Amino acid sequence: MTDDKDVLRDVWFGRIPTCFTLYQDEITEREAEPYYLLLPRVSYLTLVTDKVKKHFQKVMRQEDISEIWFEYEGTPLKWHYPIGLLFDLLASSSALPWNITVHFKGFPEKDLLHCPSKDAIEAHFMSCVKEADALKHKSQIINEMQKKDHKQLWMGLHNDRFDQFWAINRKLMEYPAEENGFRYIPFRIYQTTTERPFIQKLFRPVSTDGQLHTLGDLLKEVCPSAVAPEDGEKKNQVMIHGIEPMLETPLQWLSEHLSYPDNFLHISIIPQPTD
Amino acid sequence: MPSSVLWAVDLFGRVYTLSTAGQYWELCRDTQLEFKRVSAAMHCCWGIACDNQVYVYVCASDVPIRRQEEAYENQRWNPVGGFCEKLLPSDRWPWSDVSGLQHRPLDGVALPSPHWEWESDWYVDENFGGEPTEKGGWTYAMDFPATYTRDKKWNSCVRRRRWIRYRRYKSRDTWAKIPSKDDPKELPDPFNDLSVGGWEITDEPVGHLSLWAVSLQGKVWYREEVSHPNPEGSSWSLVDTPGEAVQISCGPHDLLWVTLWEGQALVREGINRNNPKGSSWSVVEPPTSENGIMHVSVGVGVVWAITKDRKVWFRRGVNSHNPCGTSWIEMVGEMMMVNVGLNDQVWGIGCEDRAVYFRQGVTPSELSGKTWKAIVASRECDRSHSGSSSSLLSAGCFFGDEVRGSGESCAPSDTDASSEAERPGPDQPVAPEPLDSPRNPKSSSASGPSPGKIPEHATEGANPANQTLGPEPHPIPASTPAELPWTNIDLKDPRKAPSHSSAGFPETTGLSELGLLPLGLEEPYGADDHPLWAWVSGGGCTVEAHTVLKWFTVQSGLSPSVQTLSLSITPAQTAAWRKQIFQQLTERTKRELENFRHYEQAVEQSVWVKTGTLQWWCDWKPHKWVDVRVALEQFTGHDGARDSILFIYYMVHEEKKYLHIFLNEVTALVPVLNETKHAFALYTPDRTRQRWPVRLAAATEQDMNDWLALLNLSCCESQRVHGRPSPQAIWSITCKGDIFVSEPSPDLEAPEHLLPCDQMFWRQVGGHLRVVEASAQGVVWGIGYDGTAWVHTGGYGGGHVQGLVSSSSNIYPQSDVKSVHIYENQRWNPVTGYTSRGLPTDRYMWSDATGLQECTKAGTKPPSLQWTWVSDWSVDFSVPGGTDQDGWQYASDFPSSYHGYKTMRDFVRRRCWARKCKLVTSGPWLEVAPIPLRDVSIIPESPGANGSGHSIALWAASDRGEVLCRLGVSELNPAGSSWLHVGTDQPFASVSIGGCYQVWAVARDGSAFYRGSVSPSQPAGDCWYHIPSPPKQRLKQVSVGQTSVYAMDENGNLWYRQGVTPSYPQGSSWEHVSNNVLRVSVGPLDQVWVPGGRRADVCSWVGPGGLWVPTLVTCGHPHGATKRVCVPGLGHRRQSPGEPQSEQGNCVSPNRRAAAGTQGAGLGLRHRGEQADRGWLCRPRLCGHTVRARAPQAATWHGVGPGRVPRGPLSTRLLEGWPLPLDPPASPVMWLSPSREAGITSPSGPMPPEPPGARPSRWLTSRTPPAGPCRWPVPHRRPWALSAAEAASLTWKQTGVQFEGSALVREPCPAVSHMVLTCGP
Repeated sequence: MTDDKDVLRDVWFGRIPTCFTLYQDEITEREAEPYYLLLPRVSYLTLVTDKVKKHFQKVMRQEDISEIWFEYEGTPLKWHYPIGLLFDLLASSSALPWNITVHFKGFPEKDLLHCPSKDAIEAHFMSCVKEADALKHKSQIINEMQKKDHKQLWMGLHNDRFDQFWAINRKLMEYPAEENGFRYIPFRIYQTTTERPFIQKLFRPVSTDGQLHTLGDLLKEVCPSAVAPEDGEKKNQVMIHGIEPMLETPLQWLSEHLSYPDNFLHISIIPQPTD
Repeated sequence: MPSSVLWAVDLFGRVYTLSTAGQYWELCRDTQLEFKRVSAAMHCCWGIACDNQVYVYVCASDVPIRRQEEAYENQRWNPVGGFCEKLLPSDRWPWSDVSGLQHRPLDGVALPSPHWEWESDWYVDENFGGEPTEKGGWTYAMDFPATYTRDKKWNSCVRRRRWIRYRRYKSRDTWAKIPSKDDPKELPDPFNDLSVGGWEITDEPVGHLSLWAVSLQGKVWYREEVSHPNPEGSSWSLVDTPGEAVQISCGPHDLLWVTLWEGQALVREGINRNNPKGSSWSVVEPPTSENGIMHVSVGVGVVWAITKDRKVWFRRGVNSHNPCGTSWIEMVGEMMMVNVGLNDQVWGIGCEDRAVYFRQGVTPSELSGKTWKAIVASRECDRSHSGSSSSLLSAGCFFGDEVRGSGESCAPSDTDASSEAERPGPDQPVAPEPLDSPRNPKSSSASGPSPGKIPEHATEGANPANQTLGPEPHPIPASTPAELPWTNIDLKDPRKAPSHSSAGFPETTGLSELGLLPLGLEEPYGADDHPLWAWVSGGGCTVEAHTVLKWFTVQSGLSPSVQTLSLSITPAQTAAWRKQIFQQLTERTKRELENFRHYEQAVEQSVWVKTGTLQWWCDWKPHKWVDVRVALEQFTGHDGARDSILFIYYMVHEEKKYLHIFLNEVTALVPVLNETKHAFALYTPDRTRQRWPVRLAAATEQDMNDWLALLNLSCCESQRVHGRPSPQAIWSITCKGDIFVSEPSPDLEAPEHLLPCDQMFWRQVGGHLRVVEASAQGVVWGIGYDGTAWVHTGGYGGGHVQGLVSSSSNIYPQSDVKSVHIYENQRWNPVTGYTSRGLPTDRYMWSDATGLQECTKAGTKPPSLQWTWVSDWSVDFSVPGGTDQDGWQYASDFPSSYHGYKTMRDFVRRRCWARKCKLVTSGPWLEVAPIPLRDVSIIPESPGANGSGHSIALWAASDRGEVLCRLGVSELNPAGSSWLHVGTDQPFASVSIGGCYQVWAVARDGSAFYRGSVSPSQPAGDCWYHIPSPPKQRLKQVSVGQTSVYAMDENGNLWYRQGVTPSYPQGSSWEHVSNNVLRVSVGPLDQVWVPGGRRADVCSWVGPGGLWVPTLVTCGHPHGATKRVCVPGLGHRRQSPGEPQSEQGNCVSPNRRAAAGTQGAGLGLRHRGEQADRGWLCRPRLCGHTVRARAPQAATWHGVGPGRVPRGPLSTRLLEGWPLPLDPPASPVMWLSPSREAGITSPSGPMPPEPPGARPSRWLTSRTPPAGPCRWPVPHRRPWALSAAEAASLTWKQTGVQFEGSALVREPCPAVSHMVLTCGP
């Protein structure tokens, strides 16, 4: 029998095969070969693309190199979104590997944040973790942790060390026995069809009468357009980590098992592919 | 925790129970009786009915209440006719009781009351002192009365035999009338009040109860001899009182208070084990002189009282020594009555509203509790009779309009129509219910007598909900779920409707309007909504601090079913959403990774290090804790395999050194808690041999848990063990009750290179058990120290095992209770008699059992921080050897053997004091209520279980000695459904079921029994066959494997039953195998496992920090080896995982006795290298793939060397058809043994002959089959041997394999494993 713990492992070790190609307008000294890489779904683009950067910098002149950024089918890829989320949201219906275009110039200032160093990623990651714990435990757990624990979380993600990360993260996933779950579920819902970057609201895992809220409850509450009417045709896919959990799935369980390392449930709502 | 019930009586005399797990009052179905008062104990309830008679309600359980009647038939030898019934005039009666003084003809023994029935007719008891007698059961003696012997001698002039017959109490789950005490010649004096208690005064007789009653004339009566086996008691006896009593209350222990007519209270003093009636009264004045006491209720250490002005009072300072207490404290609230239940919890009935209140916050440290909280649970009959609250809900939604609009009125009673019909009484509603009242549709929607009245849509709404009980889509018009409870009440109370008689209220106003409904009462749950209660009794209701009660909120109606479902034993892993997530993740991985594995990884794996500071118990002398720095380095090899090294850096003479441990060598990781340290120990094979594990201690519990989680994870990773234990797993229990499990590796099975047992990797599973037992189907049961039975939920982890190596579901709280014993020692001196002044050479006057260590009452602590005291010290009367009335045991000197009576030569005496402590932990275990067990056994494998739907046979011996057989056990429902009682003539201690439904048992008197005719269709078998014990030995435990039977006696000798054959399963004789065995467990391949330690009771080695080793054990072939019990091994110290505890100081006090160098005796994993003279562990019987036949005694220890032709143990039957006559080695023998080589199916010619003495099937182990074996699939890995002659005639129906002569015909067979056939001469 499979145990829930196995889900954590599957989530962590999710990989997206990716093909990086240099943007055609970039000036190179010789032709740039595409670069193939397995990207961890739970990580961040700028955190895991050192090799890509090196690979393409080799064929470029030093003066043509400025901050690297990525784009997929014309959409600049936000490095501060987890990779799995970017893929689910933008490319889940396309064929693998995922074709990402690498740019070294023309940084889209209005679309992307700068990522001067890995410290920026760490800062962003840790602030997400803290925000999530604020929602889950009024920040009690993250504040009780020592600096080295915080570091261990980050290093676990950075080095792709599942156990290093989860040795600490499990504490963030606990809740008092007398409660049925977290205070609020940290989640973000992304849609490609709207201008709004994402939806985030306060939502409790358990209803006032003690019933566990489900994914469906959440969507009905905060994003009713995503849910197909009872009889209607399913228009959208609700995707987390490349899978579509059933709407009956308890939200608390999802939050404990399918959250990204930043402790948020990043839920993509994408139009149902028509084929 | 199993649920228990609160009893209560409403104003109309109906008795209701409310379960701690439930949320509805359930009517105690007795159509006739109405009650004034009830007083409950755990398994029964006493009451005074309106006819002023006393009744007892005995709750049914799976185990019957049965009592033995006996009579002796006496005969004298007569030269003419031999033994005859003609006795001498001076002799006893020909039929008498045991003393011979009373005439007792068989037909003169009558049932004591109509509530009993005979179980069977009289029969002769052929068991004499644990040994079977000759036919007829006669025992002989020279004369009456004398010592009787089994054997008839030349001078045996008289003989007698014992006839026994059982009677059974039949009036269970019903009110049984107790004969009145009234003398017909006097005026009747009916009882006015009664109270039951006293069950904690004594363990003997079993289930003793004190029943006290007060009559109308103010007299106090005591019911004699009430106990569990005699629920009615025998007679009433009058207890004199100095005043006229009106009410009485008896606590679970020795408190008894009586209220007097004048308002004072009487307190009984001198109640103890020997005198449950007490000796004298003392008077306690009421709190205020103007308002006397009206009502008292007592618990173990509390007294609550109500004065005549309805004020509630709590008596301060009450305990056994001072039953009167010191002073009164006034409590908040006004009550009609209060009742103290188990754990000193308190219930009361409010003065104003007649509701039942529960005192919240009562804890041992705060006995007076915090607040009164009303129990608002509704009655079962208030719900729809369909039993579904959801139907009521939906009906409510539909009828909401009509309720308000109908304008009818109804009787104050709010029972529904059907229960009123059952119980016609004075409280019958006066007003007829209009047919269109809401209630009728409700009840009729279930019973359906008036369908015409029901709007069509309502039934539609209600009925589907009835069936599914799920969160049904009850069509709620405009009202939100939050309002539903109100709608609910709305339905039940039509009387309020008139005030809103105009029809067509907007639905949405439901909530606000309901606020007005209860007719002027402030509380929404007014008297009319809820029953009016008259009496409550919590004596059978266990509420603990962490118990979550659902009594205090009106449920929305949907959740009850959901909640009960989630409590069911089956792991809730079956939810569709969960399955889908697992499935989709697998698909995702396949989709996204399958074709791209050659891609480069974005992040290279690297070494990861965790460092910290710990303390280490250093390897050299003097041993002490030293501060060390510790680093764990994890790295990933190219093959993705993870390995880790633990470095320990220490200083010796200013010099930095380190030692390191490869975590893939670690065999066990054990938390070792004691009074001071948060320590754990790492064992490797080397260190196990040296009996010196690496001991590390963390500064805080959190720190320790972090390290344990990480190390556990690393160990499991490097051993590639994760997830729930497999069905093949080997379970063991340490002497401290910790549970470990090991996955058998393929190496263990290699016949040539047995993996030494000290290299087995053990991982811990949370929980605390004394016995564990598993079967090949993955059903695992355990028994706690307190006898509680637990069933494995399929989870892993819990307790100390946290983090990723613990499953996130299926972990439940678990608790265990054990006693700590200390001894009070005294020496006699001529002047003062026995005093606590010993000789200078004597032991401590308060000591442990050995006398070497001082243990005072005040100074003795629970075994570790996880344990907390839950009782006070009390004398233990149940020590072996017996005690006198005060618990003393006498001897001529220390240390010696003690006896329970004083003689002239006795100069010392001792008595044992016990105190209970409790630990709370968690683990993948769920309690199997309610019968406490002593031993349990599961059939190793049951061939029929897979296909034919037979349940898995599971037998148990209860704490009281009853033998039980569990019904309905299956892989999906490992807890089974109910117990089937198997009658015995005496209490049993151990039971074991082996292959082919062989059931063996050991009685407490040391005799062995074989149970005949046990089969899937007859799970309890038919009768016991008494098997003589080994000479002069009393057996203690028995274990049965596939074919072999082993038993262990009280002196630690291990015996093998010879001559067990299919046709004669009882075997012929016992053969001594080994000594110094603690417990034995025989696997399904007849491997024998014993714990590696020596006698636990002799050695009490306790290492610093109370270390011990997981003891075991192995041999042979654990692949499929599944039956194992490992037992408390060594040492007295035991502790186990538990609740967080406060940080302790770093100082250590190594145990004094540990330094004495005694560790050799007790500690350690017996490993294979040890020789037989040091006990043994490894006793391969049938190894691996070969049928290695040998008689137990001819065997060498590791199964090398030639075996002998199989005798009893090997001759097992085929799948069906036991008995299969077999008498080797006279006829040629065909060998069948399992092979792992699958798929080869080449039946061919005759088998190569092999001499019977040779090691059979050597080629099998080399896996190069010689010419001519034929293989075919069989469903079970199991060796067989049959003679060719039998094979010729045998049809193997179940697998479709037929034997024809010596050739074999292979038929298609669904089974997986394969068999190899060779043939001996």
